[in-house]
Amino acid sequence: MMLVSVLELILGIFIVVLAFLAINVKSLIKTVMFLSAMSMLSVLAFVMMHAPDVAVTEAVIGSGLVTSLFVFTLLSVRKVERKQ
Amino acid sequence: MKQFLSFIVVAALGVLIVLSLQGNALFVEYGDIRVADRISQQFIDRDVNGANSGVEFGESVDLESGPANIVTSIVADYRSFDTLGEITVLFISSLGVALLLATSKAKRMELDFHPNFMLKVGSRALFGIILMTGVFIIVHGHLTPGGGFPGGTMIASSILLLYLADDEFRTKVKSFKVLESIAGSLYVIIGLVGLFVFDYFLINFLDNGILGELVSSGIIPIVYVLIGLKVGSEISGIIDHFLTEEAM
Repeated sequence: MMLVSVLELILGIFIVVLAFLAINVKSLIKTVMFLSAMSMLSVLAFVMMHAPDVAVTEAVIGSGLVTSLFVFTLLSVRKVERKQ
Repeated sequence: MKQFLSFIVVAALGVLIVLSLQGNALFVEYGDIRVADRISQQFIDRDVNGANSGVEFGESVDLESGPANIVTSIVADYRSFDTLGEITVLFISSLGVALLLATSKAKRMELDFHPNFMLKVGSRALFGIILMTGVFIIVHGHLTPGGGFPGGTMIASSILLLYLADDEFRTKVKSFKVLESIAGSLYVIIGLVGLFVFDYFLINFLDNGILGELVSSGIIPIVYVLIGLKVGSEISGIIDHFLTEEAM
């Protein structure tokens, strides 16, 4: 029980650190990567809180789909900037 | 000055909201609500403390709610009407993306990287694995964690893999639109069958069967498969629109 509590604490700290990095880094692509990593850690947090249904959904949607859509948007915006 | 006026306006609105909720017939004091006015009597009549004594996985028959996964029991049985609203929200999101990004030219957006032969071949094998995992998650949604929404999104992820691994690949967008429409319509039709032939909208009118069996839980696995197909085709459409948008 003690070990799980320590892991949960470390996990929570990591999630907050990643969120902080996501909003403070200058490069947008790095922001997207930090958000994706935060989603992945929140999946671990959901598993530790015994919520596997939410963990599965967060893993597929948060870490996979939303990240890819953000990357596509960044690539598209970059193309527009290059044209101008 | 502007901030001060904004604060005054917000405070006034807050006071108006609080006053309008006092003594409002729609928002009775907690505990005094006549539940039958807003919830189907069928659900009120359910007895969660009496009739069903022990629950044995693989043995119990015809329980109040069929899914072995209790989350699915809530999402697709007790709150099935809410889940219908949920896929409507996803449909509206997909519609918004289509309105903003769809174009008649529909050409693949040129990315900076170009996948090589190994990636193209490997992605086909991986596509099959991801697709089958998504199908598994959907079909077993009433038994194990997962269900229509994550399973459908995983199917869309397999489509996404094909898009990333082949810069000329495009899905049959019209086929996905038809699949999406049919799945959503069937969900509503199942609800209407429950309403007219039986007593309530989206009532579980099929036999619950044995807890834990693949064929069990009545209409719930059918509804979850429909949700999975709809979510998968809708998100695949969103991905296609993101990768074929007209770049000015």
